[in-house]
Amino acid sequence: MEDLFVLAISCIFINNILLAQYLGNCPFLGTSKKMETAIGMAMAVIFVLVMAGGLTWIVNEYLLKTLDVEYLQTVSFILVIASLVQFVEMFLKKSIPALYSGLGIFLPLITTNCAVMGVALINMKEGYSFLEAIVASFAYAIGYGLALILFAGIRERILLARVPKPLQDTSIGLITAGIIAITFMSFKGMV
Amino acid sequence: MAQSLAKEFTKGLWAEIPPFRLVLGLCPTLAVTKTVENGIGMGVATAFVLVFSNLLVSMLRNLIPSKVRIACYIVIIATFVTIVELLMQAFTYPLYLKLGIFIPLIVVNCILLGRAEAFASKNSPILSLADGLGMGIGYTLALGALGGVREIIGHGTLTFWGGTPVFEMGAWFHPFAFMIQAPGAFVALGLMLCFMNLMGKQ
Repeated sequence: MEDLFVLAISCIFINNILLAQYLGNCPFLGTSKKMETAIGMAMAVIFVLVMAGGLTWIVNEYLLKTLDVEYLQTVSFILVIASLVQFVEMFLKKSIPALYSGLGIFLPLITTNCAVMGVALINMKEGYSFLEAIVASFAYAIGYGLALILFAGIRERILLARVPKPLQDTSIGLITAGIIAITFMSFKGMV
Repeated sequence: MAQSLAKEFTKGLWAEIPPFRLVLGLCPTLAVTKTVENGIGMGVATAFVLVFSNLLVSMLRNLIPSKVRIACYIVIIATFVTIVELLMQAFTYPLYLKLGIFIPLIVVNCILLGRAEAFASKNSPILSLADGLGMGIGYTLALGALGGVREIIGHGTLTFWGGTPVFEMGAWFHPFAFMIQAPGAFVALGLMLCFMNLMGKQ
């Protein structure tokens, strides 16, 4: 139990998926201009990442390992993730329309969010058990959401500032992300 | 024909060079550019996949039903990524270890899906090949440049394959380790984008 807690803390803060492992940066810059879209994206990532983490673990353990075809990891994981996203989208549309209208446009974007695929691959590389894989996926997703929402808050402020022309938009966004990454580095001594 | 071929090829080198002009494929750009060698290695691997996936998508563009096209593109891309992964494991094992999970992650690099959807699905195989080659070389140059800047400031050296540095800062220079850590990657890319904006599109 204690181990799982330590794992979760280290996944959220120390190995933050965005700022320390550099995964999922395209949607990070794309959806962080407004707080609303950032929250939508964060929710969608949390929702999909946990399911993808569990599902890819099962596929790897019971399908790829039994058949001894682990080199097909890349192909099978991306297919699992793409079909999962499609399935979740159809399911939400039918049964929970309120949640669907909230997450709606962010769901298809998740297929090419490398955070999802990246977490699945990290779980396999670290050799986590099923429970650990689920906890790690959830914690990574929380860390992603945290960084995204923090960044969106700062970016809304930057809109009001007078930024020199060549630095505008993505450029200043990346430099801001760098400064947030410095603050996340200071979590290193925590665990 | 030859003119448009040259145009499609050269646009990837400057006017639409990823990831500076098209802000796509940022994750490997930030993660593997600690040294110029890693940057170029990653760029070449991505370029290889890009050229072949562009070619195949373009050849099959009239056969793939538009409703399932994204899934088809992903399968094509994933196949070439697996090929690259196995090739690198066989021939450039040290580089394979350094790049780690970022090789399988080429599959979710938005440049590949972006070029398949925006270009290869609408143009002939030869034009798509030129586009893929141009974009691939542009991406390699960009990654190499960013890797070079970060390596010079962070380590004070510039090392290509072979081990001995081809360029070294003098003893007066104190390496600025910030540049090779995570925050440095973001700041360096941000400043590069700013530089590209200053230079203009021409």
